[in-house]
Amino acid sequence: MMLRPDLAIIADTVAAGSRVLDVGCGDGALMAALRDTKGVDARGLEIAADNVAAAVSRGLSVIQGDADTDLAAYPDASFDYAILSQTLQTARRPDVVFDHLLRIGRRAFVSFPNFAHWRVRASLLWGGRMPVTRLLPERWYDTPNIHHVTVDDFRAFVADRGIEVEGAWFLSGDRRTSSAAANFRAEHAVFLLRN
Amino acid sequence: MTSTDQRYGLARSVTLPGPLRLDGGVLLSPVDIAYETYGTLDPDGGNAILICHALTGDQHVASNHPVTGKPGWWTRMVGPGKPIDPARDFIVCANVLGSCMGSSGPASVNPATGRPWGMAFPVITIRDMVRTQAMLLDHLGVGILKSVVGGSMGGMQALSWPATFPDRVRAIVVIASTARHTAQNIAFHEVGRQAVMADPKWRGGDYYGIGGEATDPPAAGLAVARMAAHITYLSEAGLTEKFGRKLQARETKTFGFDADFQIESYLRHQGIAFVDRFDANSYLYITRAMDYFDLAEEHGGQLARAFRTSKARFCLVSFDTDWLYPTAESRAIVHALNAAGAPVSFVELSSPFGHDAFLLESPELNRVVDGFLKART
Repeated sequence: MMLRPDLAIIADTVAAGSRVLDVGCGDGALMAALRDTKGVDARGLEIAADNVAAAVSRGLSVIQGDADTDLAAYPDASFDYAILSQTLQTARRPDVVFDHLLRIGRRAFVSFPNFAHWRVRASLLWGGRMPVTRLLPERWYDTPNIHHVTVDDFRAFVADRGIEVEGAWFLSGDRRTSSAAANFRAEHAVFLLRN
Repeated sequence: MTSTDQRYGLARSVTLPGPLRLDGGVLLSPVDIAYETYGTLDPDGGNAILICHALTGDQHVASNHPVTGKPGWWTRMVGPGKPIDPARDFIVCANVLGSCMGSSGPASVNPATGRPWGMAFPVITIRDMVRTQAMLLDHLGVGILKSVVGGSMGGMQALSWPATFPDRVRAIVVIASTARHTAQNIAFHEVGRQAVMADPKWRGGDYYGIGGEATDPPAAGLAVARMAAHITYLSEAGLTEKFGRKLQARETKTFGFDADFQIESYLRHQGIAFVDRFDANSYLYITRAMDYFDLAEEHGGQLARAFRTSKARFCLVSFDTDWLYPTAESRAIVHALNAAGAPVSFVELSSPFGHDAFLLESPELNRVVDGFLKART
Protein backbone atom coordinates (compact mmCIF):
# COMPACT_ATOMS: atom_id res chain seq x y z
CA MET A 1 0.00 0.00 0.00
CA MET A 2 1.26 3.49 -0.86
CA LEU A 3 1.77 5.77 2.10
CA ARG A 4 1.16 9.49 1.90
CA PRO A 5 4.51 11.15 1.02
CA ASP A 6 5.08 12.69 4.46
CA LEU A 7 4.26 9.38 6.13
CA ALA A 8 6.65 7.55 3.78
CA ILE A 9 9.48 9.83 4.94
CA ILE A 10 8.63 9.12 8.58
CA ALA A 11 8.34 5.37 7.93
CA ASP A 12 11.77 5.37 6.26
CA THR A 13 13.40 7.22 9.13
CA VAL A 14 11.97 5.48 12.21
CA ALA A 15 14.41 2.93 13.64
CA ALA A 16 13.38 -0.72 13.49
CA GLY A 17 12.01 -2.21 16.72
CA SER A 18 11.34 1.16 18.34
CA ARG A 19 8.27 2.31 20.26
CA VAL A 20 6.13 4.87 18.48
CA LEU A 21 3.10 6.98 19.46
CA ASP A 22 1.20 8.28 16.44
CA VAL A 23 -0.94 11.24 17.53
CA GLY A 24 -3.81 11.71 15.10
CA CYS A 25 -3.11 8.34 13.53
CA GLY A 26 -6.18 8.28 11.26
CA ASP A 27 -7.00 4.75 10.13
CA GLY A 28 -3.57 3.52 11.23
CA ALA A 29 -1.89 3.32 7.80
CA LEU A 30 1.50 4.52 9.10
CA MET A 31 1.29 2.38 12.26
CA ALA A 32 0.49 -0.74 10.23
CA ALA A 33 3.40 -0.01 7.87
CA LEU A 34 5.79 0.52 10.79
CA ARG A 35 4.62 -2.67 12.47
CA ASP A 36 4.74 -4.79 9.33
CA THR A 37 8.02 -3.56 7.84
CA LYS A 38 10.04 -2.60 10.91
CA GLY A 39 8.62 -4.53 13.82
CA VAL A 40 7.73 -1.28 15.55
CA ASP A 41 5.55 -1.30 18.70
CA ALA A 42 3.12 1.38 17.56
CA ARG A 43 0.33 3.01 19.58
CA GLY A 44 -2.13 5.54 18.25
CA LEU A 45 -4.37 8.38 19.39
CA GLU A 46 -7.22 9.38 17.09
CA ILE A 47 -10.30 11.54 17.53
CA ALA A 48 -12.68 10.00 14.95
CA ALA A 49 -14.48 6.82 16.07
CA ASP A 50 -14.68 5.32 12.58
CA ASN A 51 -10.93 5.75 12.12
CA VAL A 52 -10.29 4.11 15.51
CA ALA A 53 -12.54 1.18 14.58
CA ALA A 54 -10.66 0.79 11.29
CA ALA A 55 -7.30 0.83 13.07
CA VAL A 56 -8.38 -1.60 15.79
CA SER A 57 -9.73 -3.97 13.18
CA ARG A 58 -6.22 -3.93 11.69
CA GLY A 59 -4.99 -5.22 15.02
CA LEU A 60 -3.49 -1.90 16.10
CA SER A 61 -3.62 -0.39 19.60
CA VAL A 62 -5.42 2.89 19.11
CA ILE A 63 -7.19 5.05 21.67
CA GLN A 64 -9.98 7.39 20.76
CA GLY A 65 -9.12 10.74 22.19
CA ASP A 66 -8.20 14.35 21.67
CA ALA A 67 -4.56 15.44 21.40
CA ASP A 68 -5.52 18.72 23.06
CA THR A 69 -6.65 17.03 26.28
CA ASP A 70 -5.42 13.44 26.44
CA LEU A 71 -1.65 13.65 25.94
CA ALA A 72 -1.16 14.68 29.56
CA ALA A 73 -2.06 11.11 30.56
CA TYR A 74 1.03 9.65 28.86
CA PRO A 75 4.14 9.18 30.99
CA ASP A 76 7.43 10.98 30.21
CA ALA A 77 9.79 9.43 27.66
CA SER A 78 7.54 6.41 27.21
CA PHE A 79 8.14 6.29 23.44
CA ASP A 80 11.17 6.49 21.16
CA TYR A 81 9.19 8.62 18.72
CA ALA A 82 6.02 10.65 19.00
CA ILE A 83 4.49 11.51 15.65
CA LEU A 84 2.16 14.38 14.81
CA SER A 85 1.34 14.28 11.12
CA GLN A 86 -0.99 16.94 9.69
CA THR A 87 -2.50 17.47 13.12
CA LEU A 88 -0.58 20.42 14.61
CA GLN A 89 -2.65 22.93 12.68
CA THR A 90 -5.91 21.44 13.99
CA ALA A 91 -5.00 21.66 17.68
CA ARG A 92 -6.55 24.33 19.90
CA ARG A 93 -3.19 24.79 21.60
CA PRO A 94 -0.51 23.55 19.19
CA ASP A 95 2.24 24.75 21.54
CA VAL A 96 0.91 22.61 24.42
CA VAL A 97 0.46 19.61 22.14
CA PHE A 98 3.99 20.11 20.86
CA ASP A 99 5.46 20.27 24.36
CA HIS A 100 3.70 17.03 25.29
CA LEU A 101 5.04 15.43 22.12
CA LEU A 102 8.66 16.02 23.11
CA ARG A 103 7.94 15.03 26.69
CA ILE A 104 6.36 11.70 25.74
CA GLY A 105 8.78 10.85 22.92
CA ARG A 106 12.55 11.01 22.96
CA ARG A 107 12.20 12.32 19.42
CA ALA A 108 9.24 13.83 17.63
CA PHE A 109 8.12 13.97 14.02
CA VAL A 110 5.93 16.90 13.09
CA SER A 111 4.47 17.30 9.62
CA PHE A 112 2.20 20.11 8.45
CA PRO A 113 1.00 21.93 5.35
CA ASN A 114 3.00 25.12 4.76
CA PHE A 115 0.74 28.19 4.74
CA ALA A 116 3.49 30.26 3.09
CA HIS A 117 3.57 28.14 -0.07
CA TRP A 118 3.45 30.39 -3.14
CA ARG A 119 0.09 29.05 -4.22
CA VAL A 120 -1.44 30.00 -0.88
CA ARG A 121 0.21 33.42 -1.02
CA ALA A 122 -0.99 34.00 -4.58
CA SER A 123 -4.51 32.97 -3.74
CA LEU A 124 -4.75 35.44 -0.89
CA LEU A 125 -2.78 38.19 -2.64
CA TRP A 126 -4.53 38.12 -5.99
CA GLY A 127 -7.87 36.56 -5.13
CA GLY A 128 -8.35 38.26 -1.79
CA ARG A 129 -10.04 35.09 -0.57
CA MET A 130 -8.97 32.48 2.01
CA PRO A 131 -6.95 29.92 0.08
CA VAL A 132 -8.41 26.53 -0.82
CA THR A 133 -5.61 24.28 -2.04
CA ARG A 134 -4.90 20.56 -2.44
CA LEU A 135 -3.41 20.32 1.06
CA LEU A 136 -5.81 22.85 2.58
CA PRO A 137 -9.00 21.82 0.80
CA GLU A 138 -11.60 23.10 3.27
CA ARG A 139 -13.18 26.51 3.13
CA TRP A 140 -12.72 29.03 5.93
CA TYR A 141 -15.89 28.17 7.80
CA ASP A 142 -15.63 24.38 7.95
CA THR A 143 -11.90 23.82 8.16
CA PRO A 144 -10.39 21.80 11.03
CA ASN A 145 -7.17 23.78 10.44
CA ILE A 146 -7.44 26.56 12.98
CA HIS A 147 -3.77 27.42 13.49
CA HIS A 148 -2.12 27.84 10.12
CA VAL A 149 1.64 27.72 10.28
CA THR A 150 4.49 28.29 7.86
CA VAL A 151 7.88 26.62 7.58
CA ASP A 152 9.60 29.76 8.89
CA ASP A 153 7.11 30.10 11.76
CA PHE A 154 7.85 26.55 12.78
CA ARG A 155 11.61 27.02 12.52
CA ALA A 156 11.35 30.09 14.77
CA PHE A 157 9.02 28.21 17.14
CA VAL A 158 11.48 25.33 17.72
CA ALA A 159 14.46 27.72 17.89
CA ASP A 160 12.69 29.69 20.65
CA ARG A 161 12.27 26.46 22.61
CA GLY A 162 15.88 25.40 22.11
CA ILE A 163 14.78 22.27 20.29
CA GLU A 164 17.33 20.54 18.08
CA VAL A 165 16.20 19.83 14.51
CA GLU A 166 17.64 16.45 13.53
CA GLY A 167 16.03 16.33 10.14
CA ALA A 168 13.77 18.34 7.85
CA TRP A 169 12.10 17.29 4.62
CA PHE A 170 10.10 19.49 2.27
CA LEU A 171 7.58 18.31 -0.27
CA SER A 172 5.96 19.84 -3.29
CA GLY A 173 3.40 17.35 -4.49
CA ASP A 174 5.12 13.99 -4.10
CA ARG A 175 8.56 15.44 -4.79
CA ARG A 176 11.24 16.72 -2.46
CA THR A 177 12.06 20.38 -2.65
CA SER A 178 15.09 22.23 -1.30
CA SER A 179 15.46 23.45 2.24
CA ALA A 180 16.65 26.90 1.18
CA ALA A 181 13.46 28.10 -0.47
CA ALA A 182 11.20 25.83 1.54
CA ASN A 183 9.05 28.60 3.01
CA PHE A 184 8.05 29.64 -0.50
CA ARG A 185 8.22 26.39 -2.46
CA ALA A 186 7.23 23.60 -0.05
CA GLU A 187 3.59 22.58 0.16
CA HIS A 188 4.36 20.35 3.09
CA ALA A 189 7.10 20.02 5.71
CA VAL A 190 8.30 17.16 7.91
CA PHE A 191 10.54 17.88 10.91
CA LEU A 192 12.38 15.42 13.14
CA LEU A 193 13.11 17.01 16.51
CA ARG A 194 14.79 16.11 19.74
CA ASN A 195 15.02 17.78 23.09
CA MET B 1 -11.07 -33.91 24.05
CA THR B 2 -14.01 -35.88 22.67
CA SER B 3 -17.65 -35.01 22.31
CA THR B 4 -18.52 -37.53 25.02
CA ASP B 5 -16.45 -35.64 27.61
CA GLN B 6 -19.04 -34.53 30.15
CA ARG B 7 -17.08 -31.38 30.98
CA TYR B 8 -17.84 -29.82 27.60
CA GLY B 9 -21.06 -28.63 26.04
CA LEU B 10 -24.31 -26.90 26.87
CA ALA B 11 -25.95 -26.69 30.30
CA ARG B 12 -23.12 -28.29 32.26
CA SER B 13 -22.48 -27.98 35.95
CA VAL B 14 -19.75 -29.11 38.29
CA THR B 15 -19.35 -29.27 42.04
CA LEU B 16 -15.75 -28.50 42.96
CA PRO B 17 -14.60 -29.38 46.48
CA GLY B 18 -12.99 -26.03 47.13
CA PRO B 19 -12.37 -24.46 49.43
CA LEU B 20 -12.62 -21.06 47.81
CA ARG B 21 -11.22 -18.30 50.00
CA LEU B 22 -13.51 -15.29 49.58
CA ASP B 23 -12.46 -11.64 49.90
CA GLY B 24 -14.80 -11.46 52.91
CA GLY B 25 -12.60 -14.03 54.68
CA VAL B 26 -15.00 -16.97 54.48
CA LEU B 27 -13.94 -20.35 53.08
CA LEU B 28 -16.66 -21.60 50.73
CA SER B 29 -16.89 -25.32 50.12
CA PRO B 30 -18.07 -27.00 48.00
CA VAL B 31 -18.49 -24.63 45.03
CA ASP B 32 -21.11 -25.31 42.36
CA ILE B 33 -20.48 -23.78 38.95
CA ALA B 34 -23.01 -23.90 36.12
CA TYR B 35 -21.58 -23.19 32.69
CA GLU B 36 -21.73 -23.77 28.97
CA THR B 37 -18.99 -24.32 26.42
CA TYR B 38 -19.12 -23.97 22.65
CA GLY B 39 -16.51 -25.11 20.16
CA THR B 40 -13.50 -27.33 20.77
CA LEU B 41 -10.40 -26.69 22.84
CA ASP B 42 -7.29 -26.81 20.65
CA PRO B 43 -4.69 -29.43 21.61
CA ASP B 44 -2.37 -26.61 22.71
CA GLY B 45 -5.24 -24.99 24.65
CA GLY B 46 -4.62 -21.63 22.99
CA ASN B 47 -8.09 -20.81 21.71
CA ALA B 48 -10.13 -20.48 24.91
CA ILE B 49 -12.28 -17.36 25.34
CA LEU B 50 -14.08 -16.68 28.61
CA ILE B 51 -17.26 -14.60 28.38
CA CYS B 52 -18.37 -12.83 31.56
CA HIS B 53 -22.04 -11.98 31.92
CA ALA B 54 -23.71 -8.90 33.38
CA LEU B 55 -25.66 -8.55 36.65
CA THR B 56 -28.76 -10.52 35.68
CA GLY B 57 -27.18 -12.52 32.87
CA ASP B 58 -26.36 -16.20 32.80
CA GLN B 59 -24.30 -18.90 31.14
CA HIS B 60 -26.73 -19.22 28.22
CA VAL B 61 -24.79 -16.75 26.10
CA ALA B 62 -25.62 -18.39 22.78
CA SER B 63 -28.19 -21.04 23.64
CA ASN B 64 -31.88 -20.70 24.44
CA HIS B 65 -32.71 -19.69 27.99
CA PRO B 66 -34.36 -22.64 29.78
CA VAL B 67 -36.99 -20.45 31.51
CA THR B 68 -37.86 -17.84 28.91
CA GLY B 69 -37.11 -19.88 25.78
CA LYS B 70 -35.47 -16.80 24.30
CA PRO B 71 -32.18 -16.97 22.36
CA GLY B 72 -28.93 -16.49 24.28
CA TRP B 73 -28.21 -12.96 25.49
CA TRP B 74 -25.23 -12.36 23.20
CA THR B 75 -25.99 -14.27 20.00
CA ARG B 76 -25.07 -11.06 18.17
CA MET B 77 -21.46 -11.49 19.32
CA VAL B 78 -21.17 -15.27 19.75
CA GLY B 79 -21.93 -17.77 17.01
CA PRO B 80 -20.95 -18.96 13.55
CA GLY B 81 -19.47 -16.09 11.56
CA LYS B 82 -19.58 -13.79 14.61
CA PRO B 83 -16.54 -12.18 16.29
CA ILE B 84 -16.50 -15.00 18.87
CA ASP B 85 -16.92 -18.07 16.70
CA PRO B 86 -17.22 -21.67 17.98
CA ALA B 87 -15.65 -22.82 14.71
CA ARG B 88 -12.42 -21.11 15.80
CA ASP B 89 -12.70 -20.46 19.53
CA PHE B 90 -13.35 -22.62 22.56
CA ILE B 91 -15.95 -20.49 24.34
CA VAL B 92 -16.68 -20.72 28.06
CA CYS B 93 -19.42 -18.86 29.93
CA ALA B 94 -20.14 -19.58 33.59
CA ASN B 95 -22.96 -18.43 35.83
CA VAL B 96 -21.34 -16.12 38.39
CA LEU B 97 -20.92 -17.03 42.03
CA GLY B 98 -23.94 -15.80 43.97
CA SER B 99 -26.34 -16.08 41.05
CA CYS B 100 -29.34 -18.33 40.60
CA MET B 101 -28.86 -20.29 37.41
CA GLY B 102 -26.97 -23.18 38.97
CA SER B 103 -23.86 -21.68 40.55
CA SER B 104 -23.52 -21.49 44.33
CA GLY B 105 -25.67 -18.69 45.68
CA PRO B 106 -28.17 -17.83 48.41
CA ALA B 107 -30.71 -20.37 47.04
CA SER B 108 -28.13 -23.20 47.21
CA VAL B 109 -28.19 -25.62 50.10
CA ASN B 110 -25.85 -24.79 52.95
CA PRO B 111 -24.09 -28.09 53.71
CA ALA B 112 -23.84 -27.15 57.38
CA THR B 113 -27.62 -26.93 57.84
CA GLY B 114 -29.08 -28.87 54.95
CA ARG B 115 -31.26 -25.84 54.21
CA PRO B 116 -30.90 -23.04 51.64
CA TRP B 117 -28.31 -20.43 52.62
CA GLY B 118 -30.56 -17.40 52.29
CA MET B 119 -28.86 -14.38 53.84
CA ALA B 120 -26.35 -16.67 55.59
CA PHE B 121 -24.59 -16.98 52.23
CA PRO B 122 -21.27 -15.11 52.48
CA VAL B 123 -21.04 -11.70 50.80
CA ILE B 124 -19.03 -12.03 47.59
CA THR B 125 -16.98 -9.73 45.37
CA ILE B 126 -16.23 -9.41 41.68
CA ARG B 127 -12.80 -10.91 42.39
CA ASP B 128 -14.48 -13.91 44.07
CA MET B 129 -16.46 -14.44 40.86
CA VAL B 130 -13.19 -14.36 38.91
CA ARG B 131 -11.57 -16.88 41.26
CA THR B 132 -14.56 -19.19 40.71
CA GLN B 133 -14.09 -18.86 36.95
CA ALA B 134 -10.42 -19.78 37.34
CA MET B 135 -11.44 -22.91 39.28
CA LEU B 136 -13.74 -23.85 36.42
CA LEU B 137 -10.97 -23.32 33.86
CA ASP B 138 -8.71 -25.61 35.91
CA HIS B 139 -11.46 -28.21 35.75
CA LEU B 140 -11.78 -27.74 31.97
CA GLY B 141 -8.03 -28.01 31.42
CA VAL B 142 -7.67 -24.41 30.23
CA GLY B 143 -4.40 -22.87 31.39
CA ILE B 144 -4.09 -19.57 29.56
CA LEU B 145 -7.05 -17.74 28.05
CA LYS B 146 -6.81 -16.29 24.57
CA SER B 147 -9.21 -13.64 25.80
CA VAL B 148 -11.66 -12.59 28.47
CA VAL B 149 -14.64 -10.64 27.15
CA GLY B 150 -17.33 -8.92 29.19
CA GLY B 151 -19.80 -6.05 29.22
CA SER B 152 -21.08 -4.06 32.22
CA MET B 153 -20.52 -6.28 35.31
CA GLY B 154 -18.89 -8.75 32.92
CA GLY B 155 -16.44 -5.98 32.06
CA MET B 156 -15.57 -5.62 35.75
CA GLN B 157 -14.73 -9.33 35.84
CA ALA B 158 -12.75 -8.99 32.61
CA LEU B 159 -10.74 -6.14 34.21
CA SER B 160 -10.21 -8.17 37.37
CA TRP B 161 -8.78 -11.08 35.41
CA PRO B 162 -5.36 -9.59 34.53
CA ALA B 163 -5.17 -8.08 38.02
CA THR B 164 -5.89 -11.41 39.73
CA PHE B 165 -4.32 -13.90 37.30
CA PRO B 166 -1.87 -11.85 35.19
CA ASP B 167 -0.24 -14.94 33.69
CA ARG B 168 -3.48 -16.60 32.61
CA VAL B 169 -4.92 -14.19 30.04
CA ARG B 170 -3.57 -12.69 26.80
CA ALA B 171 -6.30 -10.25 25.76
CA ILE B 172 -9.08 -8.40 27.57
CA VAL B 173 -12.23 -6.86 26.09
CA VAL B 174 -14.18 -4.51 28.39
CA ILE B 175 -17.42 -3.05 27.06
CA ALA B 176 -19.59 -0.37 28.72
CA SER B 177 -18.00 -0.89 32.11
CA THR B 178 -16.02 0.73 34.89
CA ALA B 179 -13.12 0.11 37.29
CA ARG B 180 -15.19 1.14 40.28
CA HIS B 181 -18.76 1.80 41.32
CA THR B 182 -19.55 5.46 41.87
CA ALA B 183 -21.79 6.89 44.56
CA GLN B 184 -24.53 7.21 41.94
CA ASN B 185 -24.14 3.56 40.90
CA ILE B 186 -24.35 2.48 44.55
CA ALA B 187 -27.35 4.74 45.11
CA PHE B 188 -29.39 3.12 42.36
CA HIS B 189 -28.49 -0.35 43.63
CA GLU B 190 -29.52 0.62 47.15
CA VAL B 191 -32.95 1.64 45.85
CA GLY B 192 -33.30 -1.81 44.33
CA ARG B 193 -32.16 -3.63 47.44
CA GLN B 194 -34.46 -1.61 49.67
CA ALA B 195 -37.38 -2.40 47.35
CA VAL B 196 -36.66 -6.14 47.75
CA MET B 197 -36.18 -5.95 51.51
CA ALA B 198 -39.33 -3.82 51.96
CA ASP B 199 -41.44 -6.58 50.40
CA PRO B 200 -43.13 -8.44 53.32
CA LYS B 201 -42.61 -11.68 51.41
CA TRP B 202 -38.85 -11.23 51.61
CA ARG B 203 -38.88 -12.48 55.24
CA GLY B 204 -35.26 -11.66 55.95
CA GLY B 205 -34.29 -13.63 52.84
CA ASP B 206 -35.76 -16.85 54.22
CA TYR B 207 -38.46 -17.51 51.63
CA TYR B 208 -37.17 -20.76 50.14
CA GLY B 209 -38.53 -24.29 50.53
CA ILE B 210 -36.25 -27.11 51.60
CA GLY B 211 -34.82 -27.70 48.11
CA GLY B 212 -34.23 -24.02 47.34
CA GLU B 213 -37.42 -23.48 45.31
CA ALA B 214 -39.48 -20.43 46.28
CA THR B 215 -43.24 -20.71 45.96
CA ASP B 216 -44.04 -17.23 47.26
CA PRO B 217 -40.95 -15.03 46.68
CA PRO B 218 -40.76 -11.23 47.17
CA ALA B 219 -41.75 -10.71 43.54
CA ALA B 220 -43.21 -7.21 43.95
CA GLY B 221 -40.04 -5.85 45.54
CA LEU B 222 -37.80 -7.49 42.96
CA ALA B 223 -39.96 -6.18 40.12
CA VAL B 224 -39.64 -2.63 41.46
CA ALA B 225 -35.87 -3.10 41.76
CA ARG B 226 -35.73 -4.23 38.15
CA MET B 227 -37.88 -1.30 36.98
CA ALA B 228 -35.57 1.21 38.64
CA ALA B 229 -32.47 -0.51 37.29
CA HIS B 230 -33.93 -0.81 33.82
CA ILE B 231 -34.23 2.97 33.55
CA THR B 232 -30.48 3.25 34.12
CA TYR B 233 -29.84 0.90 31.18
CA LEU B 234 -31.63 3.19 28.72
CA SER B 235 -31.08 6.74 27.54
CA GLU B 236 -33.50 9.61 27.67
CA ALA B 237 -33.27 10.04 23.90
CA GLY B 238 -33.99 6.35 23.39
CA LEU B 239 -36.97 6.44 25.78
CA THR B 240 -38.35 9.56 24.15
CA GLU B 241 -37.99 8.07 20.70
CA LYS B 242 -39.64 4.78 21.66
CA PHE B 243 -42.33 5.93 24.10
CA GLY B 244 -42.47 9.69 24.40
CA ARG B 245 -45.66 10.51 26.32
CA LYS B 246 -47.73 8.08 24.30
CA LEU B 247 -50.66 6.44 26.10
CA GLN B 248 -51.04 2.68 26.36
CA ALA B 249 -54.17 1.16 24.72
CA ARG B 250 -56.36 4.14 25.49
CA GLU B 251 -57.32 7.49 24.03
CA THR B 252 -57.33 9.62 27.17
CA LYS B 253 -55.79 9.69 30.61
CA THR B 254 -57.72 7.80 33.30
CA PHE B 255 -56.95 10.20 36.12
CA GLY B 256 -55.92 7.21 38.19
CA PHE B 257 -52.82 5.08 38.73
CA ASP B 258 -53.17 2.52 35.98
CA ALA B 259 -50.33 2.34 33.49
CA ASP B 260 -51.64 5.16 31.32
CA PHE B 261 -48.32 5.80 29.63
CA GLN B 262 -46.58 3.25 27.41
CA ILE B 263 -43.37 3.66 29.37
CA GLU B 264 -45.22 2.61 32.53
CA SER B 265 -46.60 -0.59 31.09
CA TYR B 266 -43.21 -1.31 29.48
CA LEU B 267 -41.43 -1.03 32.83
CA ARG B 268 -44.10 -3.08 34.60
CA HIS B 269 -43.69 -5.78 31.97
CA GLN B 270 -39.89 -5.73 32.41
CA GLY B 271 -40.28 -6.04 36.17
CA ILE B 272 -42.78 -8.91 36.03
CA ALA B 273 -40.84 -10.84 33.37
CA PHE B 274 -37.70 -10.53 35.47
CA VAL B 275 -39.07 -12.17 38.63
CA ASP B 276 -39.85 -15.32 36.66
CA ARG B 277 -36.18 -15.87 35.93
CA PHE B 278 -34.26 -14.29 38.81
CA ASP B 279 -33.91 -14.75 42.55
CA ALA B 280 -34.33 -11.73 44.83
CA ASN B 281 -31.53 -12.70 47.21
CA SER B 282 -29.12 -13.21 44.29
CA TYR B 283 -30.02 -9.69 43.21
CA LEU B 284 -29.00 -8.41 46.65
CA TYR B 285 -25.69 -10.30 46.66
CA ILE B 286 -24.62 -9.45 43.13
CA THR B 287 -25.49 -5.76 43.36
CA ARG B 288 -23.46 -5.69 46.60
CA ALA B 289 -20.49 -7.28 44.83
CA MET B 290 -20.67 -4.57 42.18
CA ASP B 291 -20.93 -1.79 44.79
CA TYR B 292 -17.83 -3.10 46.55
CA PHE B 293 -15.91 -3.16 43.26
CA ASP B 294 -13.01 -0.70 43.17
CA LEU B 295 -10.06 -2.12 41.29
CA ALA B 296 -7.76 0.75 42.25
CA GLU B 297 -8.54 0.34 45.94
CA GLU B 298 -7.51 -3.32 45.70
CA HIS B 299 -4.10 -2.11 44.46
CA GLY B 300 -3.08 0.61 46.84
CA GLY B 301 -5.34 3.25 45.34
CA GLN B 302 -3.54 3.28 41.98
CA LEU B 303 -5.43 1.72 39.10
CA ALA B 304 -2.27 1.40 36.99
CA ARG B 305 -0.81 -0.92 39.62
CA ALA B 306 -3.63 -3.39 38.97
CA PHE B 307 -2.14 -4.00 35.52
CA ARG B 308 1.54 -3.80 36.42
CA THR B 309 2.33 -7.48 35.95
CA SER B 310 -0.07 -8.09 33.07
CA LYS B 311 1.25 -8.71 29.56
CA ALA B 312 -2.21 -8.72 28.03
CA ARG B 313 -3.61 -6.53 25.28
CA PHE B 314 -6.69 -4.51 26.18
CA CYS B 315 -9.66 -3.23 24.21
CA LEU B 316 -12.23 -0.93 25.79
CA VAL B 317 -15.48 0.23 24.25
CA SER B 318 -18.00 2.72 25.61
CA PHE B 319 -21.25 4.13 24.25
CA ASP B 320 -21.93 7.85 24.06
CA THR B 321 -25.43 7.65 25.58
CA ASP B 322 -24.47 5.29 28.45
CA TRP B 323 -24.93 7.31 31.64
CA LEU B 324 -24.64 4.28 33.96
CA TYR B 325 -20.98 3.70 33.06
CA PRO B 326 -20.19 6.76 30.95
CA THR B 327 -17.21 7.13 28.63
CA ALA B 328 -15.20 8.96 31.30
CA GLU B 329 -15.08 5.72 33.31
CA SER B 330 -13.55 3.88 30.37
CA ARG B 331 -11.10 6.71 29.76
CA ALA B 332 -9.86 6.51 33.33
CA ILE B 333 -9.06 2.83 32.75
CA VAL B 334 -7.36 3.63 29.45
CA HIS B 335 -5.16 6.24 31.11
CA ALA B 336 -4.18 3.75 33.81
CA LEU B 337 -3.34 1.15 31.16
CA ASN B 338 -1.23 3.72 29.32
CA ALA B 339 0.57 4.53 32.52
CA ALA B 340 1.21 0.81 32.99
CA GLY B 341 2.54 0.60 29.41
CA ALA B 342 -0.09 -1.92 28.37
CA PRO B 343 -1.17 -2.16 24.73
CA VAL B 344 -4.65 -0.69 24.79
CA SER B 345 -7.30 0.29 22.28
CA PHE B 346 -10.35 2.35 23.10
CA VAL B 347 -13.30 3.64 21.15
CA GLU B 348 -16.52 5.41 22.10
CA LEU B 349 -19.29 4.23 19.81
CA SER B 350 -22.41 6.20 19.02
CA SER B 351 -25.76 4.64 19.87
CA PRO B 352 -29.14 5.93 21.02
CA PHE B 353 -29.68 2.94 23.32
CA GLY B 354 -27.67 3.90 26.40
CA HIS B 355 -25.98 1.21 28.51
CA ASP B 356 -28.02 -1.55 26.85
CA ALA B 357 -26.27 -0.84 23.54
CA PHE B 358 -23.67 -3.52 24.20
CA LEU B 359 -26.37 -6.20 24.03
CA LEU B 360 -27.97 -4.87 20.86
CA GLU B 361 -27.12 -5.07 17.18
CA SER B 362 -24.02 -2.97 16.62
CA PRO B 363 -21.94 -3.62 13.49
CA GLU B 364 -19.28 -1.21 14.78
CA LEU B 365 -18.93 -3.08 18.09
CA ASN B 366 -18.64 -6.37 16.22
CA ARG B 367 -16.05 -4.88 13.87
CA VAL B 368 -13.91 -3.62 16.76
CA VAL B 369 -14.10 -6.84 18.80
CA ASP B 370 -13.52 -8.99 15.74
CA GLY B 371 -10.45 -7.00 14.69
CA PHE B 372 -9.06 -6.95 18.19
CA LEU B 373 -9.47 -10.69 18.77
CA LYS B 374 -7.99 -11.59 15.38
CA ALA B 375 -4.93 -9.37 15.78
CA ARG B 376 -1.55 -11.00 16.05
CA THR B 377 -0.23 -11.10 19.58
